[in-house]
Amino acid sequence: MSKPKMFEKPAGVRDFLPEAAERLRHIERRVMECMGRWGYREIMTPTLEYYDTVGMASSTSDARLFKLLDKRGITLVLRSELTAPIARVVSSLLKNEPLPLRLSYSANVFRAMEDEAGRDAEFYQTGVELVGDASAEADAEIIALAIASLEAAGIGSFKIALGHVGFLNGLLQETLAADPEAQSALKECLLKRDHVGYRETISSLPISEASKRELEDLLRLRGGRDVCEQAASSALGGEVREALDHLCRIWDALCDYGVSQHVIIDLTLIGDFSYYTGMIFEGYAEELGFPVCNGGRYDNLLAQFGRPAPATGFALKTNRILEVVGHRPLERPRRVLIRYAVSRRAEALRHAAELRRREGYAVETRPIPDVRADAEGGAPSETQRDLLSDARYDEIITFTDIEENGR
Amino acid sequence: MTQMLKVAMPKGRIYRQASRLFRDAGLPVPDDADDSRKLIIEVPEAGMQFIMAKPVDVPTYVEYGVADVGVVGKDVLMEENRDVYELLDLGIARCRMSVIALPDWKPVLYPRVATKYPSLASRYFRAKGQQVEVIRLNGSIELAPLIGLADRIVDMVETGQTLRENGLVELETMFSITSRLIANRVSYRMKNEAIQALCDRLQPHIRTEERE
Repeated sequence: MSKPKMFEKPAGVRDFLPEAAERLRHIERRVMECMGRWGYREIMTPTLEYYDTVGMASSTSDARLFKLLDKRGITLVLRSELTAPIARVVSSLLKNEPLPLRLSYSANVFRAMEDEAGRDAEFYQTGVELVGDASAEADAEIIALAIASLEAAGIGSFKIALGHVGFLNGLLQETLAADPEAQSALKECLLKRDHVGYRETISSLPISEASKRELEDLLRLRGGRDVCEQAASSALGGEVREALDHLCRIWDALCDYGVSQHVIIDLTLIGDFSYYTGMIFEGYAEELGFPVCNGGRYDNLLAQFGRPAPATGFALKTNRILEVVGHRPLERPRRVLIRYAVSRRAEALRHAAELRRREGYAVETRPIPDVRADAEGGAPSETQRDLLSDARYDEIITFTDIEENGR
Repeated sequence: MTQMLKVAMPKGRIYRQASRLFRDAGLPVPDDADDSRKLIIEVPEAGMQFIMAKPVDVPTYVEYGVADVGVVGKDVLMEENRDVYELLDLGIARCRMSVIALPDWKPVLYPRVATKYPSLASRYFRAKGQQVEVIRLNGSIELAPLIGLADRIVDMVETGQTLRENGLVELETMFSITSRLIANRVSYRMKNEAIQALCDRLQPHIRTEERE
């Protein structure tokens, strides 16, 4: 490859100019404040982690981790999400803190993407982890907080799809107990969102027509609490029933939060089976083709760091949210320019300081160029005229030379 | 709230068959839309808006959500590798993806394969443990073995007419291809009722048994 031009940057990363940065930070701030009101405290973890610890434990596939070597040749990764780093902290620095722990974060994360796909390699997540509570109440709290966060971020119309990995796991285990290969083939199809392949695989299996129908009907299981009841009415036991009961308990709690109108139970929602252990959910905004948040329960992760504990959480994709709410008018500070003759600098700066102490002001100061050195007084110079008509400022205050004004 | 569905339709070969299937299912899609230069066709009585797209672009429109659903060949879907739901096998535009060569083909020391589907072809040969150089061409693939650019080609075969005319034979069939109904990840949940209704209307009119 030829040497990049001076203005170029690597594929998949972007600059946020003041307008975009202001909006992104605004979303993050609103969401973090919301999380704070729910008792979640912010935590910051490093951008770099060891590949063998956090990298391996992370839900991000190996191919999508950015890897680099430190001076000793040990493999590091750029964090691809915050859940595994937080699990590391909870199991080490916070290992004597009593559970449950409520932690929040807002950070940039990195995923290596295929160049031609045109997808971001660095993006922004704001999220929470609730560690040490295995109850349906904890899952409901996480979903309700996700909903409150989406509202705080300014998204008007959205939906949360809620599923449970235990349902599919149990269903496949019961119908195809002797055929783990077929089980993983079917999971693979669902993970790839390939319903055609899913149905083809089912029809090729040596199982009863009733079982086939049951597996196919999975693709239509979505709605409210009735979906769980409907699914539970089939004569399945064990893991399936447990998953459905758990979803019903979450649903009831969400009703008491008063947010169930945003939620649809969707038993076709699939997450990474090696990572998620219970409920999983995704959030969608009306105007955007990509999910704006996702989350779920991951009870096995903390054990990998030596402090076994149940945990549940979610992350908002704030740069996606920016796409949805980015066109809305933002509450802006009043931009003021104070120009001053050097002889009145002290007075001008005092005035600037006073405005800056007030809420909602952005104040710039600038000396007036010496007119006498310009064109013999008379008309204002070119640069001055530009300044006076500058649309960037809501107000321009001028402290002119006392002598010249004859004051 | 009525759920208006935006449907990305592939221009060209597949359009006629796809629009016939939609009409069979009672959805009033014009059959001559392909000839007109209109890019967006409104069919308000069916609650749909059709976007006329180049076939390879259909998965992209759907992944980004500018179309809720789309009709696209399995060949394009496998080559483009986009994150979309594959909901229905529409059973139309049946053909197959094959490895093709001259009749006297023998394994060569440094195999080269020319194709319009480089990522699909390279995945196929890697999975078979074969080491080949994949050359991407944009058309007239049959030319490659005739003039010695590649010893084999990977291409779609519908009737086999073009192959016969150029004195080529199919060495192996890789997989069969039909058109699929695909859906955006978000639309699939946000507009699920409309999408499910579309699937249910199309389903009874899909012919599955028809094989070449």
